[in-house]
Amino acid sequence: MTADQGAARRRFEPEVTEHTQPFWDATRDRRLVIQWCPGCNAPVWYPRETCPGCLGSEYEWRESTGSGTVDAVTVMHRPGSPGMAEMVPYTVAMIELAEGVRMMSNVVGCEPYEVAPGMAVRLTWETLSDGRNLPLFEPARP
Amino acid sequence: MSDLTAEPSSTGVEPLREVLIVCRAFGLAGDRKWPPNVNPQGYQQGGSGGTRGRERVPWVTQTCPGLSGGAVGGVRRPASCVVVEWLVTIPPMTQRTLRGEAAIVGVADAASPTGELELTGRALEVAMIREALDDAGLTIADVDGLCVGGPSPAGLAEYLGIHPRFLDGTMVGGSSYEIHLEHAAAAIAAGLCEVVVSVYASTPRSDRKRPGSGRRPQMSGPNPMADWELPYGNALMGSYALSASRHMARYGTTPEQLAQIAVSTREWACMNPRARYRDPITVDDVLSSPMQASPLHLLDCCLVTDGAGAMVVTSAERARDLAKEPAYLLGAGTATDHQMISQMPDLATTPGTVSGPAAFAMAGVGPSDVDVLMGYDSFTITALLHLEDLGFCGKGEGGPFAMEGNLGPGGSLPMNTNGGGLSYTHPGQYGMFLLVEAVRQLRGECGDRQVADASIAVAHGSGGVLSVMATSVLGTEATL
Repeated sequence: MTADQGAARRRFEPEVTEHTQPFWDATRDRRLVIQWCPGCNAPVWYPRETCPGCLGSEYEWRESTGSGTVDAVTVMHRPGSPGMAEMVPYTVAMIELAEGVRMMSNVVGCEPYEVAPGMAVRLTWETLSDGRNLPLFEPARP
Repeated sequence: MSDLTAEPSSTGVEPLREVLIVCRAFGLAGDRKWPPNVNPQGYQQGGSGGTRGRERVPWVTQTCPGLSGGAVGGVRRPASCVVVEWLVTIPPMTQRTLRGEAAIVGVADAASPTGELELTGRALEVAMIREALDDAGLTIADVDGLCVGGPSPAGLAEYLGIHPRFLDGTMVGGSSYEIHLEHAAAAIAAGLCEVVVSVYASTPRSDRKRPGSGRRPQMSGPNPMADWELPYGNALMGSYALSASRHMARYGTTPEQLAQIAVSTREWACMNPRARYRDPITVDDVLSSPMQASPLHLLDCCLVTDGAGAMVVTSAERARDLAKEPAYLLGAGTATDHQMISQMPDLATTPGTVSGPAAFAMAGVGPSDVDVLMGYDSFTITALLHLEDLGFCGKGEGGPFAMEGNLGPGGSLPMNTNGGGLSYTHPGQYGMFLLVEAVRQLRGECGDRQVADASIAVAHGSGGVLSVMATSVLGTEATL
C-alpha cells in the first residue's frame, strides 16, 4: 500500500490560512517548502507571521530536499482522534530535516516497530480530500 | 532578557538556553551572593570578569544538559553537550526575595477509591475552600485574594460572595497551582493582599454520566497544533511517548526502569486509604499491561479520576498565629520553553532545568536537602525527567536511580507519597495535590506513609506537554 492509498479522508485536515497558503499550495505540486528568515538566515518551523528569532516579518519559502532522520518515534496503539481508529497501530515521529527543521509526521512504508530514532527517511505524500498533499516520510532505501 | 547581554566565547554556538538559565538562576537568587550557594544542576561557575551594574561579577561557565541538534523556532542549537562560557552583564540586583515571606496555612483535597466524587463544579470548589479555611482556622471573610485557573476568578468570587483585591486566573495545565502559590506569595510580600485561596475541582470521570458531557469547548485564537500535529494523529500520550523515545535513544533508558517508577509509586498508594489503586504491582505487571503509545504501557499512564483541592496562603507573620504549623515557601521558580511537543527544544530535557535551580537558589538549599519530592507524574517518563532536571540524579541517570529503589517507602528520595497521579488521583490538572501532600508531610499528618522528620518538601508541577514547569520548595519553621 502506498501512502496515497492510505486513509486520507480519515485524517484531520488542517484549514488553510492566509499565511499557510503558500505552504499548502506547494504541496499540490508535491513540494515541501520551509519558511526562511533572511535576516537570521535560519528556517522558521512551523510557518508563522513573524520570525521567532528576530520578530521580523520578512520571509521567503525555500524548498526542502525532503531527506531527514528520525529523532523520536512512538507507535500509537490508540487512535489520537476518532478518524484514525482504523489506522492503528501507526507511527508518530519527530523528523529532523537536513535543513535544520524538526517536524512531526508519520513514517509509513514499513512496519511501525521498524522505525527507530536515527533512521534515515525521505519525503513521501498522502493526498488530502481537496487535492492538497500531506507530507509523510518513509525509510530512505538506496 | 532585554537587560541582559551575553557574548559567546569562541565556541560559536547560540546562547539562548544557556543565557536563559543564567538569567533565571541569577535573577531569582534574590541576594548579592554570586555564585549562589547551591549548584543543584551541576552547573559550574568559575573564573572572573564581567560586570553587573557597577559590580564585577564572575564569568559564568555552564555545562548544559544534552541539547540535540537541529533548529526549533528558527534557533539553531548546539549539536551535543557543550561547555560554554559567557560574559554576562546583569543589572543591579534587588535585595528582595520571596524566601520565607509567605506560607501555606490550610489545605484540603478530595479523591475516592471509586475515582468519582458526588459534588461537581462550583459546589465542589466551595467545599474545598471551606475545608482548607477550616484547616487554617480562618473564615471566608478573611480571604482577600483568589486564584482559580481559567477565565472566571471573578465568577467564583461572586459565587462566594467575596470582593477580593487580588485575582489570578493562571491556567497553564497541571503546574498552575505551583504558579498560583508563587504569585500569591509575591502579591502578599508586595502588600497587595493578605489571605489568598487557590482552588481546583475537576470531575472528568463522573462527567461521563452527566447530560451534556462530551462537548468540548472550541479553541479560540491561533492553533498551530491543529495545523502541524493533529493531521498526524498525535495525542497526549503520544507526546510523552516521543519524549520517552528520545530519552531511551540518548541515554539507554529502559521500559523496565520506567515501570519501576509506577511500581514504587503504587507502594506509596497502598498506604493511602483514598487512593484509586491500592494493590501492589510488579515491573512485569506494567510491561504486560496494554501498550498505549510505545514505549508507554497502560500502567505508565496516570489515572482519569474526579478530584479537587484547595490551599490557603498568607504572610509568614500571620501564619504563626494560625491553627496548624505553617509550610513556608522557601523558593519558587517557573519556566516554559514550548507549548506543543513538536516545538520542544530537546525532547529529553524539560524547562525544569530552569525552574528547579531557580527555586533551589532562592531557597538556599539543594536536592540533597529534600526529604519529600512531589514530582508531577502524568506518566512515568514525566517523573523520571524531573529527577534529572531538578538535579536529584545526573542527566540520563533517572532510570538506574529509579531501579535502585530510591523512590519508594524506605528509599533515599520518597517521591509521590500520596500515590501520585499514577495511583492516587488525576483529574487533569494535578498540581494542587502535590502541594497538599507536601504540606501534610511537613506537618507530620500522613499516618502510615509519613516520612520521618520531613522538613523540606518540593512540589514540582508540569503543565501542558512538559511545557510549563513550576517548582515550589517548602519548609518547616526550623528551615527558615
